[in-house]
Amino acid sequence: MSQGTETLKRTPLHDRHVAAGARLVPFAGWEMPVQYTGIRDEHRAVRENAGIFDVSHMGEIETEGPQAGAFLQHILSNDVTKIAENGAQYSVLCNEAGGVLDDLFTYRLGHERFLTVTNASNHDKDLAWFKRHAADYDVQIHDRLDDYAMLAIQGPNAPALVEKLADGELPPRFRTATLSVAGAPDTLVAGTGYTGEDGVELLTAPGSAAQIWDAVTEAGAQPVGLGARDTLRLEVCFHLYGNDLSEDRGPIEAGLGWCCKEDTNFIGSQIVRAARENGTPEKLVPFVLTGPGIARQGNPVKGGGVVTSGTLSPMLDIGIGMAYLPADKGIPGTPFEIDVRGKTRPAEVRSKPLYSSKET
Amino acid sequence: MAEASYPSDVKYHQDHDWARIEGDTATFGITWYAQDQLGEVVFFDPPAVGATVSKDQPYAEVESVKAVSDVIAPLSGEVTEVNEGLGSSPENVNEDPYGEGWMVKVRLSDPSEVDSLMDADAYEESLT
Repeated sequence: MSQGTETLKRTPLHDRHVAAGARLVPFAGWEMPVQYTGIRDEHRAVRENAGIFDVSHMGEIETEGPQAGAFLQHILSNDVTKIAENGAQYSVLCNEAGGVLDDLFTYRLGHERFLTVTNASNHDKDLAWFKRHAADYDVQIHDRLDDYAMLAIQGPNAPALVEKLADGELPPRFRTATLSVAGAPDTLVAGTGYTGEDGVELLTAPGSAAQIWDAVTEAGAQPVGLGARDTLRLEVCFHLYGNDLSEDRGPIEAGLGWCCKEDTNFIGSQIVRAARENGTPEKLVPFVLTGPGIARQGNPVKGGGVVTSGTLSPMLDIGIGMAYLPADKGIPGTPFEIDVRGKTRPAEVRSKPLYSSKET
Repeated sequence: MAEASYPSDVKYHQDHDWARIEGDTATFGITWYAQDQLGEVVFFDPPAVGATVSKDQPYAEVESVKAVSDVIAPLSGEVTEVNEGLGSSPENVNEDPYGEGWMVKVRLSDPSEVDSLMDADAYEESLT
């Protein structure tokens, strides 16, 4: 163990994780559950029924004021004017060189009030970035990290399960509602997630997290750790910051051009526009291994490129991942080879998603 | 298997490997503690039959969903057999680490190395 657990932050659900038999690991400064019963079992629970994740390590930044929308339009890649009240939108935060500082969901809580969810490892960096660039705008930036616990309830049976505990209708996809959930008042319910399944994410007061956790698990949702969170997101090719996204890569090569609206003139937009118009040397593609083995983050691709995420797909039972490949080799169906710790493993480019539960 | 288990018919290496010694041959595997730390084993990449393994050096890889780990040889010798069954049932490493989850059989090149291994009590003590 490289880090003493006494220095790690704990979520309000720490005792619930211990009681559920979680294996707790250090993650971005937090002591987080990586698994309870086992990654494959938890993964399958989310694909087939319902799972509950404690993602309270994720950060929140509130932007408030007459120019809140204009300010966010300046720093976020997407068109913030398109977020309706009680809406949600995905975007990236770029630096001046067009590199990705973070990928974020922003919820519009009111006309002049927005809440942006940050990755735990980037929260302090993001907050400093928000504050630095807010100086020219009539806005206030509030660090809300300590004011929210965050839970995700995901899976085909998750919406019905949560709806029974809520005092109103759940919001549709990419919308939010403020409801009482399991008696926890003023819980922000968002139709978002990181699994490719139906479900919601809840932002609630830290003191309310345990009553929601208890009610949701009693109603049949299985606790799911960060291990299955990673395999679930990778099967549907959602990006993970620090793996697939970094300050050294831009959103175009990462396949996130769809959430970049350069006409809004966000910071880094000129570089992003040039990358879109001229192409990029490499692009991020999903792949499967066509033989045995599992590729991992950092494995080099023969002929150029690198694996940024790799795991075993619990649903497909083969090695899957995402890799930056030379752009001309990134076409679905193209075979390539990965150097997995000295062994050459055959792979093939695929299209997104690698797994879909909604196949007809 | 849910409960920790350290049988007394095998010898233990500090890197959480075991050796069941029979004359000048031995069977290798990983301990209950090792498989518990790994989580569900989903892939075993064995050495070739005939490969030379050296005490304290990696001779195979074992992968859980989350990570890959080297498997360390508790003793030196030549691989005479690998557990082909782990190709289709890698979960045997978790379910039966000292039985169906064995990894290789080795003809020992220096049986005196056995003296450096721990018995079950000493190994269990080392885990605390």
